Amino acid sequence: MSRAVEEQNRRLLRARDAMDRSYGDPLDIPALARIALVSEAHFIRTFRATFGETPHRYLQRRRVERAMFLLRTTDASVTDVCFDVGFASLGTFSRTFRAIVGRSPSEYRRASDESTPVPTCFAMAYARPSTFGEAPPAKRG
Amino acid sequence: MLKSINISSVFVLDQDEALDFYVGKLGLEVAADVDMGFMRWLTVRVPGQDDRELLLEKPGPPAMDDATADEVRALVTKGATGFAVGWVTDDCRRTYEELKARGVEFTQEPTEHFYGIDCGLRDPFGNNMRIVQPAPQPLQVPEEYAVNRI
Repeated sequence: MSRAVEEQNRRLLRARDAMDRSYGDPLDIPALARIALVSEAHFIRTFRATFGETPHRYLQRRRVERAMFLLRTTDASVTDVCFDVGFASLGTFSRTFRAIVGRSPSEYRRASDESTPVPTCFAMAYARPSTFGEAPPAKRG
Repeated sequence: MLKSINISSVFVLDQDEALDFYVGKLGLEVAADVDMGFMRWLTVRVPGQDDRELLLEKPGPPAMDDATADEVRALVTKGATGFAVGWVTDDCRRTYEELKARGVEFTQEPTEHFYGIDCGLRDPFGNNMRIVQPAPQPLQVPEEYAVNRI
């Protein structure tokens, strides 16, 4: 492992932190690649090699995770939630949400309102989207 | 029976650079800086809190071989070594502004939670830490977070 790789890790982490922090902004690959001080193609390739998924997918999961939180804890409309977490279109939001969570935003909100038959600590641990956002195969778009 | 925590450790890639950050920017003080021959025992602490030190530990021989140290360094720079330290402040927003002016890299701006106001930052190597201004007791824990302890 060269020191250059460590420098690259650190810069990629800085770009990943920007996604965690500014998910509500219209982040795009060019902006993130600038944070990492690399070209766009190099950014996508090295991010995936370093963190196990593309930057696009990482940002989608971050946004969906925040959307799940807002759907559970606020009365904001699905449309408002969609734009609050950084999606530019309701269609993309709904499709992405379903692909990652396995149900639509409205269905997710309804289900979270129902009483959970397991201790909350288990619900907390298992209700979140998995690291790589795999929804049940039948429901994937 | 255990009584308290007196020392914990964070991996740093360079101890001098670590001092620049932990002492020069965060405002900690050196508690111990001892050349033991086989390692430099370097700890810092919050001024006024004498019973709690943070060991700034450099991965490498003889504790671990070079290849293993490289793996540790890679994990640190990826931010994959988990939560390192939680600091406490009286005024999170002011501390944030002061440290930001000194060039500290923040991952999250001061944010209000039921447990207080806190923000996230990284040391120069990638270690993840937070600064919290605790909320007044007793905490009002929202139902969302009301974990049943079983």
